[in-house]
Amino acid sequence: MKARVHVMLKNGVLDPQGAAVKHALGAMGFEGVNGVRQGKVIELELADGTTEAQIGEMCEKLLANTVIESYTIETV
Amino acid sequence: MKAAVIQFPGSNCDRDMAVALEKSGADVEVVWHKDAALPKGVDLVAIPGGFSFGDYLRCGAIAANSPICNAVVDHANAGGYVLGVCNGFQVLTETGLLPGALLRNAGLKYICQTVGLKVETSNSGYTEGYNAGAEIGIPIAHHDGNYFADDETIARLQGDDRVAFTYTDNPNGSRADIAGILSDNRRVLGMMPHPERAFEEAHGNTDGQRLFAGLIGQLTTA
Repeated sequence: MKARVHVMLKNGVLDPQGAAVKHALGAMGFEGVNGVRQGKVIELELADGTTEAQIGEMCEKLLANTVIESYTIETV
Repeated sequence: MKAAVIQFPGSNCDRDMAVALEKSGADVEVVWHKDAALPKGVDLVAIPGGFSFGDYLRCGAIAANSPICNAVVDHANAGGYVLGVCNGFQVLTETGLLPGALLRNAGLKYICQTVGLKVETSNSGYTEGYNAGAEIGIPIAHHDGNYFADDETIARLQGDDRVAFTYTDNPNGSRADIAGILSDNRRVLGMMPHPERAFEEAHGNTDGQRLFAGLIGQLTTA
């Protein structure tokens, strides 16, 4: 089985990279880009039967820093 | 007085840190990240700067979960001293020994320059050699030194006199100009600037000397 973990900076945490991408899009002539937040996607190949709780523990302990980041788990 | 300097793959200030500690009178042992225990009788653990594990995932995240870091957390929880500089500060926030996190610099650029710091408190083993309010110059060299914590945490750090150093001219967007913070028991210090790079006459600046001298003096007489 596979799982995809999406990690994003929490709302309220400044995202200078997202702000730079937003600025670049505007400079390139793309109008109406009101905000950009940059995160990351981590794909996990897992033994069958791995539970969402186990994946959650991986997120809490390593994949995300919950001081600044939130995560969502998608099993595929 | 015995100190351990932790070495991760990608550490690059480990030797400078060891030299600064040794020249300040400590008996220094360099410890590899795969070791599960610290040498017996260690008073101070120093986590040096660098790019541990290539800064993969998040700066310091993989190092914080290495075998030696469990021993470092135990050492700190037992009242031991831990100094984390630059990547070492990032590792300490990732272990949870210090609150907050270090984000990408607000200007998105890697910054390598000597910056002005204000010593916010002289009430710690690390800063007792300085007068509170003193301004010193210490080099920074980082891409991810933008200190972030929520409002409540910042207020608690300030209220408990746990902000050790602030930038006089904030280079990286850190909240409340924070450059270094102390743990609740004031024995764990994390700071982005490199005192070990302002240690000898040959560095052109010796403002970092008193941090090591004060700390080692205190631990030696204790």
